Amino acid sequence: MSVATQEVRQQKSSIWNDPRFRSLLSQVLLIAAVIWLGWEVISNTMRNLEQQNIASGFGFLDTTAGFGINQSLITYSEESSYGRVFVVGLLNTILVSFLGIILATIIGFVVGVMRLSKNWLIAKIAAVYVEVLRNIPLLLQIFFWYFAVLRSLPSPRASATVLDSFFVNNRGLYVPRPLTEPGFQVVTALFLIGIAATVAIRIWAKRRQDRTGQQFPVLLTGLGLIVGLPVAAFLVLGSPVTLNYPQLKGFNFVGGLRVIPEFVAMLLALSIYTAAFIAEIVRAGILAVSKGQTEAASALGLRPRPTLRLVVVPQAVRVIIPPLTNQYLNLTKNSSLAVAIAYPELVSVFAGTTLNQTGQAVEIILMTMAVYLTLSLLTSAFMNWYNAKMALVER
Amino acid sequence: MANAHNNDAFVRTEMAPTLPPPRSQVGVIGWMRASLFSSWWNTILTLVGLYIIWLVVPGLIQWAFVDAVWTGSDREACLASAVGHEVGACWAFVRAKIGQFVYGRYPDAEIWRVNVAYFVGIAGLIPLLIPSVPFKAANVIFMLGIYPVLTLILLTGGHFDIGAGGWVTLAVFLAIALALVLFFSRWAGIIDPKAGLTAWGVGSGALVALVAALSVDWGLAPVPTSLWGGLLVTLVVAVTGIVASLPIGILLALGRRSKMPVVRLFSIMFIEFWRGVPLITVLFMASVMLPLFLPEGVTFDKLLRCLIGVTLFAAAYMAEVVRGGLQAIPRGQYEGAQAMGLSYWKMMGLVVLPQALKLVIPGIVNTFIGLFKDTTLVLIIGLFDLLGIIQLNFTDANWSTPTTGHTGYAFAAAVFWIFCFGMSRYSIFMEHRLSAGERR
Repeated sequence: MSVATQEVRQQKSSIWNDPRFRSLLSQVLLIAAVIWLGWEVISNTMRNLEQQNIASGFGFLDTTAGFGINQSLITYSEESSYGRVFVVGLLNTILVSFLGIILATIIGFVVGVMRLSKNWLIAKIAAVYVEVLRNIPLLLQIFFWYFAVLRSLPSPRASATVLDSFFVNNRGLYVPRPLTEPGFQVVTALFLIGIAATVAIRIWAKRRQDRTGQQFPVLLTGLGLIVGLPVAAFLVLGSPVTLNYPQLKGFNFVGGLRVIPEFVAMLLALSIYTAAFIAEIVRAGILAVSKGQTEAASALGLRPRPTLRLVVVPQAVRVIIPPLTNQYLNLTKNSSLAVAIAYPELVSVFAGTTLNQTGQAVEIILMTMAVYLTLSLLTSAFMNWYNAKMALVER
Repeated sequence: MANAHNNDAFVRTEMAPTLPPPRSQVGVIGWMRASLFSSWWNTILTLVGLYIIWLVVPGLIQWAFVDAVWTGSDREACLASAVGHEVGACWAFVRAKIGQFVYGRYPDAEIWRVNVAYFVGIAGLIPLLIPSVPFKAANVIFMLGIYPVLTLILLTGGHFDIGAGGWVTLAVFLAIALALVLFFSRWAGIIDPKAGLTAWGVGSGALVALVAALSVDWGLAPVPTSLWGGLLVTLVVAVTGIVASLPIGILLALGRRSKMPVVRLFSIMFIEFWRGVPLITVLFMASVMLPLFLPEGVTFDKLLRCLIGVTLFAAAYMAEVVRGGLQAIPRGQYEGAQAMGLSYWKMMGLVVLPQALKLVIPGIVNTFIGLFKDTTLVLIIGLFDLLGIIQLNFTDANWSTPTTGHTGYAFAAAVFWIFCFGMSRYSIFMEHRLSAGERR
């Protein structure tokens, strides 16, 4: 009986019904299709480039750029190369993203907590903030801040001022520029040492708590080491910093540190827009901690502050961090919108001006995309690691 | 004795009337005490909140309504010197330009075509959005199958140059498809011959009808896409992006969960690539790199290139949304379908995807909101969407006043806000409706 069935099955089953064969066939077909598509694209591109007489390759990076950039963290002049332009743009992207992330986090946490406030008015104001700002396109908000607000500020001669050392006008924000004197390195070094020492103390304190159950005030000690030590050294060394104040000369300011309006507009728009999303994440994170946790903590005799610090916040953070990182990534990618108001970040100076001057579209777009891709892959790698570390270990 | 005792005792025979709660605990006063002034800290917060409102709201109302200019034919109407007081919003500018904001530079004589497209779209969409209206399947087929073709012909004018070569290509394509169907049904025996032939017949009929409809001269004057603009471009980009990205996104999501390593790898690479780069670089790529990829003699319209970029970009996000839905379907559903002897595609099409897609409708709407806001970026590559055309009109010397810019931005913000807020409310409504079965 069993032999007979086997024979029948062997007769009937064709190779097409073998799942392994079918999956192998479809994968081979897919690889073939992708290779064909890739070959087609590359050969077309090569031919088109040849016809348009565009040189390919990355040699252009050494060529002199010949245009100025109005904000640069490293020395840059019109004689610098396109490679230098790339670095300048990248640093400007990082600068506006980094500051934007800090600002957006602060506003987002404040608004998120406000939305959970028992005070009806405060909760409603936070709700209006979130609902209005996250439903208006970011580009429109950037235009609003740049063209409608900053461009209509008074001219330098009539600029608004605070303490005669901070000036706001339509050419930007002028603040005193700190100039370091010898001896300031000691302060910087102490600051770095303070951070390292705090990390070490934190590790030691955790080990000790695991072993003995005793806690150590890491936060206070850390603050003392990171802030107190450099400040003390700063005072002892007799404030080794002088301030260069901006002064009105003729039609414009000289001296001081000029923050260009494009940067201010980008920073405001990015952080205010992203904060609306962060506020919702924070609210969801806090609401995700069930009330039973707080009640159980009170039942164990914990007072409100330790309850918040030891029970609610650690669990809320687990919910908050993954979407929060996504928002940080979004903010970084959205900083590319700066091209619309010509803030000199990566897309604006490299994928914009450099591309127009050299015409090497393929190399430039690929390099620009590679930067953002690297950033986001690094972030998602970090997220996977973090999720694995923070995930609830059950059974 | 017992009697006397009874007489002396005071026994209440009915309940005392309930006293009303103190006036300070109920009504408006009670509510205010509880939610605005419950403690000194709360009181401070309330005062701060009132201060914020006082800072923002009166100025806004003053600007948008009290000091606003509503009528006028040129910039004179919105100048402080002409009006006699400080001018707020110059709504006359919006009224004068509203045609451009909605239709772009679409020729005046042909605007009825855009209106028909808008009207049919709204008429088809509303019954689709209301859950209780019947004939959902027919409605979806109309909106996804017929409406796009209708819109394409109406907006461009149709009469595409297919030529003899195009028809030959189509015939060869259909013949290859027929050969494949016959091969798989007769020789390999893995699909049902009757169903396969029916599918081929319906599919080829639809394709021939589509190509015929596109190539026929309907008597409509051609309107190049360079004349499209305003809300029209915004809607075309957003709606095409979301509709075209849905099938690609579903395939990518299935590919990402496939057991075949090559399929999974390619899907992950595709999704992570598009999700990792900003939309603006995708648009740059579509506008400057895509023409280089094409064989000689093939050129794409700028709007079409932008649509391709937006679709691929949105497809990656859509894939992640759909993947979330696929992951939420319990394993028993897959195993049950397999135990019934369903093939992979039948299991997905009949059992898993209907449940998964229903779960992710809010996610799809959210993706759509994001895409709708992101359509503003097309102005950077030189297409005039709503925001782009409003900004273009700031340069009109006839309307250059100090408040024109502010008014334009306020109008654009209001339009985008109404669309996005409406969609997000709809998404919340669907979420509640869909989770009604799971709620306790």
